[in-house]
Amino acid sequence: MSQQEIIIAGFGGQGILSAGRLLAYAGMLEGKNVSWLPSYGPEMRGGTANCHVIISDDPVGSPILNSATALIVMNGPSLDKFENLVVKDGLIIADSSLVQRKPNRNDVKYSGIPATQIASDMGNSTYACIILLGKLLGSTGIVSKENFENALKKVLPEKYHHMIPDEMKALEIGMKY
Amino acid sequence: MAVVFKRPHALRDVPMHYCPGCTHGIVHRLIAEVIDELGIEGKTIGVSPVGCTYNNYEYFNCDMQQAAHGRAPAVSTGIKRVHPDNVVFTYQGDGDLAAIGTAEIVHAAARGEKITTIFINNAIYGMTSGQMAPTTLLNQVTTTTPYGRKPELHGFPIKVCELLSTLDGAAFIERVSMHNIKNILNAKKAIKKAFQVQMANKGFSLVEVLSSCPTNWGLSPEKALKWIEEKMIPVYPLGNFKGKDLEV
Amino acid sequence: MGEKLLMKGNEVIAEAAIRAGCRHYFGYPITPQTEIAHYFAKKMPEVGGTFIQAESEIAAINMVYGAAGAGARVMTSSSSPGISLKQEGISYASGAELPAVIVNIVRCGPGLGGILPAQCDYFQAVKGGGHGDYKMVVLAPCSVQELYELTVEAFNIADKYRILAMIMGDGILGQMMETVEFRDKEEIYEADKSSWATVGTRMERDHNVITSIYIDPEVLERHNQKLQAKYRLIEENEVRCEVYNCEDADVIVAAFGTVARIVKNVIKMAAKEGIKVGLIRPITLWPFPVKVFEKYAEVPKAFLSVELNAGQMVEDVRLSVNGKRPVYFHGRMGGMIPTQQEILDKIKEILK
Repeated sequence: MSQQEIIIAGFGGQGILSAGRLLAYAGMLEGKNVSWLPSYGPEMRGGTANCHVIISDDPVGSPILNSATALIVMNGPSLDKFENLVVKDGLIIADSSLVQRKPNRNDVKYSGIPATQIASDMGNSTYACIILLGKLLGSTGIVSKENFENALKKVLPEKYHHMIPDEMKALEIGMKY
Repeated sequence: MAVVFKRPHALRDVPMHYCPGCTHGIVHRLIAEVIDELGIEGKTIGVSPVGCTYNNYEYFNCDMQQAAHGRAPAVSTGIKRVHPDNVVFTYQGDGDLAAIGTAEIVHAAARGEKITTIFINNAIYGMTSGQMAPTTLLNQVTTTTPYGRKPELHGFPIKVCELLSTLDGAAFIERVSMHNIKNILNAKKAIKKAFQVQMANKGFSLVEVLSSCPTNWGLSPEKALKWIEEKMIPVYPLGNFKGKDLEV
Repeated sequence: MGEKLLMKGNEVIAEAAIRAGCRHYFGYPITPQTEIAHYFAKKMPEVGGTFIQAESEIAAINMVYGAAGAGARVMTSSSSPGISLKQEGISYASGAELPAVIVNIVRCGPGLGGILPAQCDYFQAVKGGGHGDYKMVVLAPCSVQELYELTVEAFNIADKYRILAMIMGDGILGQMMETVEFRDKEEIYEADKSSWATVGTRMERDHNVITSIYIDPEVLERHNQKLQAKYRLIEENEVRCEVYNCEDADVIVAAFGTVARIVKNVIKMAAKEGIKVGLIRPITLWPFPVKVFEKYAEVPKAFLSVELNAGQMVEDVRLSVNGKRPVYFHGRMGGMIPTQQEILDKIKEILK
C-alpha cells in the first residue's frame, strides 16, 4: 500500500489551494485515489491557508491528515505549525525567499528553494508554488510531469492556457533544483 | 325566468364561516367574479394565509395552497417560478402580511414577482380574538391595547400601499374600501386591474382592501362600515399609488 | 459511467440535483455550503431552471413549499443556523406531504457557533426539529461520490413517498474535492402528481389543495395515522447502511459521514495491534438501521459510537442494541476532529 500525504501551507493568495488541487488532479489522472481538503473559514480572508492532499493506491480513508509524508510551506508560521506532523524520513520543502529558518528536525529531508525570488525573476510570482511542486515531483515521483501538464489543462480555464508553457518551465526548475 | 344574481363559477357552493357583517365574503366574491370575467379559473392558483381566511381554499374553485403565517408571498413565488404562465394570487390579512410576513411581501414586491396580493386591512387580529394589528389605529382599543394604541408604547400604523409603492418591482398598488356599494364596485375594478397587470407580466400587484370586523370592533355591521369611512380612511387614504395608467 | 472528475462536494450536490431533474433552487448564503448556491446560480439559466437568492431561510423553504406543491423537483440548502430557521417550513411541508430535498452542511452550534465540521444537528434532523409528529428521510453520505449518488436518491425517495429528504453532511464533505464519476443518465422515479399538485385545474377536474391544517380532530388524527403508516413503510423499505469488518469484531464502532472514514483508518491501525474493530455506518440516519444493530448486537464485546457532537446517535445505537452489550461514546465538539489515535485509545480502554 502506498499513500502520499501532503500538506501545503502558506498565506492566502499564494496559490496554496490551487497547487493542492493541481496535485490531486494529476494524481487522479495517474489512476490513483485522491482527496483534497482545504482549510476553510475566516482564515481564508488573507490569513494562512492550507490544504491536505492524499494520493493513494487504496480508497482514501479520512481526508484529514494527522501526519504528512511531505510538507510544502510558503511562510514561517506554516513551518512552525506543521513541522512536527511530518513523518520520519519525510520531506519538507520550503520557499526560502519567505521562510527564514530551517526545520528544527534532523530526521526529515529538507529542501529550501528561493521559489518566490525565482518566480519573480520569471516575471510572475504566482509560479512560486509550481516551482515547489516541481521539487516534490522531482524528489518523490508522486505524479508524472505529463500528468501534471494534463492537470493544468483540465484545471485552468481556457483563457489561461497560454500560461501553461511557463508553468511547466517553473515546474522543471523545481524538479532540477 | 331571468337570472339576476348567481354565484360566480370560481366560488364553490359551500357556506362560508365568516361572522355576520364581515366583509371577507364580499372580497372573495369580487375575486371570483374577476377570475370568471378574465376566464382564468383553470390556470389560477391561490394561496391562503393564516388568519380568519386560513381555509378560504375551500371557497375557491381554482387550485389552492395553504401557507404558513406570513409566508404566502414566498409560497406563491415558488409556484409562479414553476408555472410562469399560470395566474397566482395570495389573500392575506394585516397580521399575516404586515407583521409576521413583512419581509416576504417586501421582497416579493422588490423582486417584481408576477403575483397578485389581495391584502385585507381591518385594523385588528380577527382569528385570535381582537389583538392589535400593525394597522391598528392610534387610540384604538384592542385586547392587547386595552387602554388604546399609544404611539410611545405601540408605535404607529403601517401604511402598506405607501411603503410598497416605493419599490421598483411593484407595478400596481391601490387601496380600496368595502364600506359602501360604490367603493365595492371600485374595489372590483382594482382587483381586476391587479390580475391583468400580472397577466401582462408587468410585475407585482397588490390591492389593499379596508374591511370591517364587527365582532372584534364591538360594533354592529352597519356601524362598522361607518367606522371604516370615518376612522380608517383618514389614516389610510383610498386611491391608486402606482400603475394607474399601465396598459394591460 | 462517464469521465472521472475532481470536484468539490458542495458543487457535486448541485450537479447531482440538476442531473436528477431539479430545476428550482431557493436558498440563502451561509458558510460552509454556499458553493451549492454559486453552482446553481451559474447553471440554472443554462438548463432553463430557476435560482432565487431568497431574503431569508424562511422565505427559501416556503418557496420550496410552493414549488413542490406545484409539482416541481425542488431543493434548498443551508447550514445549521439556517436549517433552524427552516424548521417551520419543514413542519408545514411534512404536514402537507410535499416532496423536496433539503441539504444541511452541518456546522458547530449552539447559536452562531462556528463554521467547522460537526454532527450536532443529528437530533434536529432525525427526531423532528420542527413541531409535530413528522419524519424526514435523512441521508448521510461519507464521500463526494456518495454525495452525488445519494442526492439523486433523495429526489427519488422524496417523490416516491411524498416526503422531505435531507442530505446531511459537514464542512469537510462540502469543501473537499474527490473523484466523482457521473452516470450518463439517471434513473428518475416518475411520480404521478396529478391528484394533488396545484398546476391549475384547466377546468377539467376538481381543485387540488395543498394544506397542513385540519381543524376537525378526527380528521387530523386520521391524517396523522396516514403519515405514520407511510413512515413505517419507509422504515421497512429504505434503510441504507454499510457494514464493514463486523464478523468476529471485538468492538463495533458506529459512525456516520466523515467520522466513518476516520474509523476505517482506525480499523487498519487496530488490526496491526491484533484488535478486530468493525464499523456500522448508517447511511440513512432516519430510518435508522435498527435491524442491522440487532443482528450484530451480540457479536462484539462492546459498541462505541463516535460522533462530532456530545452524544446523539449513541441514543439510537443503545435503543437498537437494547442492553445486550455496553454502548460507549466518544465525541468531539466545536469543530475538533478526533484523531485516529484517540479513537484507538478509546477502543483499547473499552477492551481493558
